[in-house]
Amino acid sequence: VPTSATAKPPGRSSILEGYSALPGVPDELLRDDGTVRPEWVSLIAHLDGLSPAERERAFARGAQYLRDAGVFVRHYGEEKSPRDWPLSPVPVIQPASEWQALGEGLAERAELLETIVADLYGENRLVGEGHLPAGLIASNPEWLRPLVGVQPASGHFLHFLAFEIGRGADGGWWVLGDRTQAPSGAGYALENRVASVRAFPGYYSGSNVERLAGFFRSFRDGLNAMRREDGSRAGILTPGPMNDTYFEHAYIARYLGMMLLEGDDLVVDDGRLMVRTVSGPKPISVLWRRLDAAWSDPLELEASSRLGTPGLLGAVRSQGVTMINALGAGVLESRAFLAFLPRLSEVLHGKPLAIPNIATWWCGGEAERDHVRANAGEMLIGPANSTRLPLELEPGAVLRGEMPDTGGELGSWLEQEGRNLVGQELVSLSTTPAWEDGRLEPKPMRIRVFMARTRDGWKLMPGGFARLAATSQDPSAVSLRSGGTVADVWVVSDRPVSDDTMLSHADEVFVRTSPGLLPSRAADNLFWLGRYVERAEGQMRLTRAYMSRLPETPAGGTPLMSRLEGYLDDQGLDISEGVSATVERTIAMAVNAANQVRDRFSVDAWASLADLERTVGNMRKTVVPGDDAASAMGVLLRKITGFSGLVHENMYRFSGWRFLTIGRSLERAIAMADLLAAFAEWSGPHGGFELCVEVGDSVMTHRRRYPVAASRDTVVDLLALDPLNPRSIAFHIDEIRDQVSLLPGADVNGQLSELSRAVLRVQSELSVNTPQSLDQSKLVELRQAIGLLTNDLHAQFLE
Amino acid sequence: MLYDIKLKVEYTFQTPAAGARQILHAMPLTIPGRQRLIAGSIDIDPQPAMRREREDFFGNRLSDIAFNEPHSKVVIGLKARVEVTGSAEPEGSFGRPASASPRARCNNRSRTPLAAAFSAASPYARPDPAIADWARAKSRSGSQCGEIVGELGLALHREMRFDAAATTVETPATEAFAARHGVCQDFTHIMIIALRSLGIPAGYVSGYLRTLPPPGQERLEGADAMHAWVSAWCGPGVGWVEYDPTNAVFAGTDHIVVAYGRDYADVAPVRGAMRTAGGQTSSQSVDVAPVGA
Repeated sequence: VPTSATAKPPGRSSILEGYSALPGVPDELLRDDGTVRPEWVSLIAHLDGLSPAERERAFARGAQYLRDAGVFVRHYGEEKSPRDWPLSPVPVIQPASEWQALGEGLAERAELLETIVADLYGENRLVGEGHLPAGLIASNPEWLRPLVGVQPASGHFLHFLAFEIGRGADGGWWVLGDRTQAPSGAGYALENRVASVRAFPGYYSGSNVERLAGFFRSFRDGLNAMRREDGSRAGILTPGPMNDTYFEHAYIARYLGMMLLEGDDLVVDDGRLMVRTVSGPKPISVLWRRLDAAWSDPLELEASSRLGTPGLLGAVRSQGVTMINALGAGVLESRAFLAFLPRLSEVLHGKPLAIPNIATWWCGGEAERDHVRANAGEMLIGPANSTRLPLELEPGAVLRGEMPDTGGELGSWLEQEGRNLVGQELVSLSTTPAWEDGRLEPKPMRIRVFMARTRDGWKLMPGGFARLAATSQDPSAVSLRSGGTVADVWVVSDRPVSDDTMLSHADEVFVRTSPGLLPSRAADNLFWLGRYVERAEGQMRLTRAYMSRLPETPAGGTPLMSRLEGYLDDQGLDISEGVSATVERTIAMAVNAANQVRDRFSVDAWASLADLERTVGNMRKTVVPGDDAASAMGVLLRKITGFSGLVHENMYRFSGWRFLTIGRSLERAIAMADLLAAFAEWSGPHGGFELCVEVGDSVMTHRRRYPVAASRDTVVDLLALDPLNPRSIAFHIDEIRDQVSLLPGADVNGQLSELSRAVLRVQSELSVNTPQSLDQSKLVELRQAIGLLTNDLHAQFLE
Repeated sequence: MLYDIKLKVEYTFQTPAAGARQILHAMPLTIPGRQRLIAGSIDIDPQPAMRREREDFFGNRLSDIAFNEPHSKVVIGLKARVEVTGSAEPEGSFGRPASASPRARCNNRSRTPLAAAFSAASPYARPDPAIADWARAKSRSGSQCGEIVGELGLALHREMRFDAAATTVETPATEAFAARHGVCQDFTHIMIIALRSLGIPAGYVSGYLRTLPPPGQERLEGADAMHAWVSAWCGPGVGWVEYDPTNAVFAGTDHIVVAYGRDYADVAPVRGAMRTAGGQTSSQSVDVAPVGA
């Protein structure tokens, strides 16, 4: 291991050249005397060992991973185009010894917060004895009255916390804010780690950077240990795909191997919480919620919530479920608490806070108000009960004492509104190197760190999620409120670290676990994903059949082409466009369905679907009708079969896959019956049989099986009745029957379910036909009968 | 005074509602020195799969009910016999004289978030500048707390027109105030906002009102459904007083308390959540008859 930053190849300049700390501000990389801190030395040497081109390639690999994985930032109100994840490839490095001390200090803080929240929902002594102002608690929107007096099943309110921390001018850590409700960011920290591993391939594996998996494993084990002894499970509760951190919820669920649930997946039955699954309601007793408490139960909390579960509070009250964290724990996120924590630490722990928090004054007290007025130039004054991140500007906030034009005079504002305001000191934060335009730049930073209650007590994640300011000009924490980049946080030990993963250790007894439960909503989305993907493929084949015939069609058209035009029109496909908007819409619906079950897909499958959507979007702008469109459809077909291939080759044959497969088979059987009804008439337009064979992707098979030109008999035989042709109706009805028979509840007490009977009826109806007897009207009936299977499926599993 | 109270609430759903859950705040409270619940029962048709009685944050009685099977109609019937022995009028002194600062007037020094809850904004009673201006204009400086409650209530009663058709449960109090019309819920919310703006903690009382007036007196408004009025804190010497702005009276022996809350949201007679595709309609009838009268 090189011991100094000068271990670069001769003749090449170090990336540190030109990098210097801002005056008066500590830097994470450089000491005050300009020398490199020891924990950075080997990484800098590694980077210096690369040529600029190699370096850029390495960094690009990290960025590419994030794009492929679909890591993005979405903000409410921005329906379209989530933005790329702004990762700065150079991590923030911290020595393990310092992290150890930080963890001990923050564990004390976590215990303090636990004591306070237990009191606020219990005896309320802190308010009674005058340590907290009653009015402040009463007006805190996260102090949830229906939960006062409710004891959490686990005995604890807090299990997973995040702290925003920053290094102050004195070089020590400061807490800028506490996240106690449903902290986000741990999944992003994981993704940042994967990306930085890609960016430093040769370096990371041999480095002493502490791994993150052990932290998550202990937390997951802790969650599982809290389950009730009734075979119940633990799950993750998400507000759903419209939430700005949904990606992370799906990622964490996949990473931890836990069910991702929405409020609608849950029902409360006799004080117990149940998941609605395709196998009926199943108990769940631990929920790691990523949903704010106010939205969790429309019956007792926010009545307009459509994200919650009616009666959830009843289950909490009867201790049927442990919420991580307890509903109501968000009360502690209010900024005003920072004003009282130093004193509460003295009162409750008999000592000052181990890690101080940013100086905060509640303006409800006269002395504090006077102090804030006198020092307003160095403060951000904002709503006392705001739960936004520290020093974030928001409506009603005043920076450096500059009142808005309509705001009146500062002093009288403080006098009037003091009870609702806090002043917070504008701390300046340390800088860390960010990679910008091929060089390192010092940027102010703060880190979100995560803490979990495990069976061995509070544990600090050896890493974190760093946020770097967009500018180097303003070291005050305010500059971090928007823009900027994010970075991974490496905690470097002075000893080799173990290569930890989420998988069980080799010395543990191997147990084949049963595949997880499938919530009905997830099954529904998988079913429709199967249908939409297949529908998009059908639309592409039809479009290609039309577009490839277009150049050779005489000016007046042909009977086949005009019938095809009518057929395309019925499907919503606009022939005046090279790539019809309908194709794009169908793919968007597939993406939407996939997005709702994102935790169930591999990164590759997701990337290939996203790529398909992007390609269609681009083609819509350029492709024109005719040969151009025909070959564009060829490209799209190869991409969409790529997705189907990934899914069907790699997806475990659990119930979810069966619903996806049933959706695909149903759609394909319907489309084929439609096609044959429209084009396989005895007296239909010339070329109709060939069209069916082509759209049915069976040209080669037809040539091999029938030594004659396509006729109605050969076409109907091959595309409707042949159980060995994966494009035929019979093949897919067989497939549906097979899959349905393997789903839970295929028979009830030895009797076939309604759905099983309906599928069997269609199957036997089809199998007794010959190409001659399966005439056009029979085809239309068949198509309707297949379509109705959706209703039976829905009634049995998805309601 | 002894009353027999009957309440009937009926919900009809366009399409059968599955998994419906409700919280009922309908049973009269027992308040020592004021009223006593002698007997009471709630019948629900269809029979709910789950039913529990408990106390809420404010000390009110409530029933949790849940249905498993889909149904298109629910009928809730309450019967109760209540003895009313006192009133919530201020007695003797009207409280400490108000000081110059409105904030300090009648200030509540109680150090519990329960009492403080009645000073802070609540979902249906958020601060409103127009109502605050009005409250300032209508309250004489130097008045005592109980007087302010009476004066504001009377002024509101004079300016507002009772109109059962003008507003709904969802109409914001500020809108009802701007148009100077509404029902007891609107009167009550406006007065709560007004009192809080003067620094007087105030809350919402839900209850029943005697249906038929004593001989020679007029029938009170709001007697054919559940009623609402205001509760205000006049300092430790006087305590809580209750004023009915719809009828411009302090709550007396014609008023029977069911629940106290910050506003309607805390004490809605029936609060429910269900899965149903269509809309719903509901009706309510109340009968409050003096026993032996």
